Amino acid sequence: MDTLARAFSAPAFRELGYWLFRYRRTWRGSIVISIGNPLLFLTALGLGLGTLVDREDSAYLHGHSYLTFILPGILIAGVMQTAFLEASGPVMQSALPRGSYRAAASTPLEPTGILYGHLMYWTLRATQNAVLFVCVSMFFGTVDPARAPLLVLIAVLVAVAFAAPAAAWAVTVSRPSQINAMFRFVVLPLYMFSGTFFPIEQLPVPLQWVAWATPLWHGVDLGRTVALGTATPYGVLVHIGYLSVMVVAGLYVARRTYRRKLYV
Amino acid sequence: MTDSSTVLIDARGLKKVYGRPGDKAGFTAVDGIDFQVRRGEAFGVLGANGAGKSSTMRMIACVSPVTAGSLRILGYDSGTDGARIRARLGVVPQDDTIDTELTVRENLLIYGRYFGLPWKVLRERSSRLLEFTRLSEKADDAVATLSGGMRRRLTIARALINEPEIVLLDEPTTGLDPQARHLLWERLFQLKQDGVTLLLTTHYMDEAEQLCDRLVVMDAGKIVAEGTPAELIARYTLREVLELRFAPGERQTMTDKCRGLAERMEELPDRLLLSTDNGEETLSAVHRQGVQPLTALVRRSSLEDVFLTLTGRSLLD
Amino acid sequence: MTAMPTGASAEIPLRPGRAWTMVERNLMIYRHTWPVLLAEIFEPMLYLLAFGVGVGLLVGDVPGLGASISYPQFVAPALLATAAMNGAMNETTFNMYGKLTTDKTYESILTTPMSVRSVALGEVFWALVRGAIVATVFLVVVSIFGLANLPEALLVIPSALLIGFAFAAVGLLTVTFLRSWQDFQLIQLVMLPMFLFATTFFPLDVYPRPVQVFVEVLPLYHSVELVRAAFLGTGGNPAVAVIYLAVLGIVALAVAVRRLEDTLRP
Repeated sequence: MDTLARAFSAPAFRELGYWLFRYRRTWRGSIVISIGNPLLFLTALGLGLGTLVDREDSAYLHGHSYLTFILPGILIAGVMQTAFLEASGPVMQSALPRGSYRAAASTPLEPTGILYGHLMYWTLRATQNAVLFVCVSMFFGTVDPARAPLLVLIAVLVAVAFAAPAAAWAVTVSRPSQINAMFRFVVLPLYMFSGTFFPIEQLPVPLQWVAWATPLWHGVDLGRTVALGTATPYGVLVHIGYLSVMVVAGLYVARRTYRRKLYV
Repeated sequence: MTDSSTVLIDARGLKKVYGRPGDKAGFTAVDGIDFQVRRGEAFGVLGANGAGKSSTMRMIACVSPVTAGSLRILGYDSGTDGARIRARLGVVPQDDTIDTELTVRENLLIYGRYFGLPWKVLRERSSRLLEFTRLSEKADDAVATLSGGMRRRLTIARALINEPEIVLLDEPTTGLDPQARHLLWERLFQLKQDGVTLLLTTHYMDEAEQLCDRLVVMDAGKIVAEGTPAELIARYTLREVLELRFAPGERQTMTDKCRGLAERMEELPDRLLLSTDNGEETLSAVHRQGVQPLTALVRRSSLEDVFLTLTGRSLLD
Repeated sequence: MTAMPTGASAEIPLRPGRAWTMVERNLMIYRHTWPVLLAEIFEPMLYLLAFGVGVGLLVGDVPGLGASISYPQFVAPALLATAAMNGAMNETTFNMYGKLTTDKTYESILTTPMSVRSVALGEVFWALVRGAIVATVFLVVVSIFGLANLPEALLVIPSALLIGFAFAAVGLLTVTFLRSWQDFQLIQLVMLPMFLFATTFFPLDVYPRPVQVFVEVLPLYHSVELVRAAFLGTGGNPAVAVIYLAVLGIVALAVAVRRLEDTLRP
């Protein structure tokens, strides 16, 4: 595949190098957060709120504890949120007149190389977050170690599926308030209503259709069915297909918007 | 009332040390300076970067406490009556600190509110000042759309909103293109005509010669010279400078031949500067020594020569 | 043309700048950017829908609060308290840090007769104005859905103001310690657990006693207690929460003003 071959060519790795170089300054804090976040959410919601939920033993949870139910949801939704934040604010900043993309674009690096290099960075960061999350989950004893690597792979796929379109859009943006608005009015609702914290089967039917159409639900449902061992080949295929289309379409558009923005 | 001999700013033994008091590692930015600025004057503070100009300005603006010495402005003590003094000052800081969240006109209105001025007065005054600084057409635009020269003019308009008696300008034209500089100079000259006292720092000698009635030269936190531009030129340089340019590699031998022909001689990588009372005569003397420069130029001594004589040519930072 | 008619200024007495002018500045900005406030109300609504309603279906009634209280009723006041906290903290940390460093807004304000204290108080005032707007709109919306116990629930608004004051002051103190934008991660590291554990989503009694004591020390816990008591009309003892938040706010403000003085007038 032509795109793949280009992604692994040298120029993109220079852009990746830039972001990794910057990461040297913040990696400690980032690791604390990658471990702290799942620890906090799983303790507070899984165990704390779980006390209330498990007492009621809703039929929608099919006998699973609330902790078991939300764990994959929090992983996938969290990875999506981080992917959006990493691929929006920094991309906008970098594409501004004094941003790092401008410096990179004045070297032999092409806009496409810049995009793929930055994308590799997001992929690495998502992998780090997912691995640490799954490690923390082990302490709660609700993830089957055999399925843990699969969960990491799914999380990384979701991250790329959201990072690519986010970057395609963010490179065209010039004000931080637009990114804030996108986060609050699109990302946050996705985060909360894609079956992350409660099963969408309990919603009225029209709302269930809306949920099925949204991209994050496919990621959450894929992660959850794999984690709980209830995945069906048909479901897995649909979910992976949906997310892959997002990756390809996102990159297709991003290549154009990057070029248009950086070569005026 | 506007007696031109009234001293508006009186600094004696003025000192600024950054860092904790008594801390030996503290950095002395201003090292005991004395000067007076009179009403209606345009007073310049010259110096290279790091000479202590901005620290001096910040103390006069009453935004930076005086470490030692006394500083009286408009008859008040800068330490105890800061707010009262600031009410009658206009400040144009080195970096344009325009409120980027507001439009051009809103910047003037809100800044005026900080002085406690009523809205009615401010609406009228802001229109007049926008006209004065040629920004009327930009009144309702976002600050981000302004050019460097426009931002500078807006900062000046803002500094005038309280109709100050003294306007402090810290490097007013640094970074501007020649057209923008000339427009700004013209506006500042107009202010001076209107009786406003100007205190400005600069490292552009042409600016100082254009605008200042009197100036001090600062170096390493101290005042090294004081006077009118003409006085300083007369005191620290001879009337003319002869600039000789040589082919690469020839300069050293030629320099030796020229030694003794002028009272003061300065060597640059590609040139030789000879200070003299009569450039043409010195040039003839040079020719008589058998020296044939590529080019020879006689010019009048300038403030730049004074400055370089006093503070040296090597970079400070 | 003359810019400076000398003598004209004599007619208008120059009054010292006051804290209120900082609020005027912010109001002027918000004429252009009012959707930001909308977003601030939108977020707790979203949480209320997702947790109060969505997760609420899994929970049923909340045990241990006497009269049967639905889960949305339990969560709504906590979300309001959190919104009041976040709004105030954002204003005096995130927004103020930008004005202190990149924008240098205060540098120019302080060349006027404004004092550092007026600037600090002004920013706290503004946080209160914002808090009042957000709390009122939130209250109106939840009342429409019959979640609030009116008219007792009107006490929610002064409660939100007190919470706003305490956290605006804490934010003001925090901002004097920040060294770079990276440090905001540290703030998040404190705020997020506080949000999750301060009885926002489940009552205190699910914890073992030692953890309960820890939660009871958190300022957000007292904020939630205060708003919940007003909201549900269940009483409790608001005096402790009121004193806790008032003292926290006053002490933080006093220390913050002193530290800002050093930062802004070196």
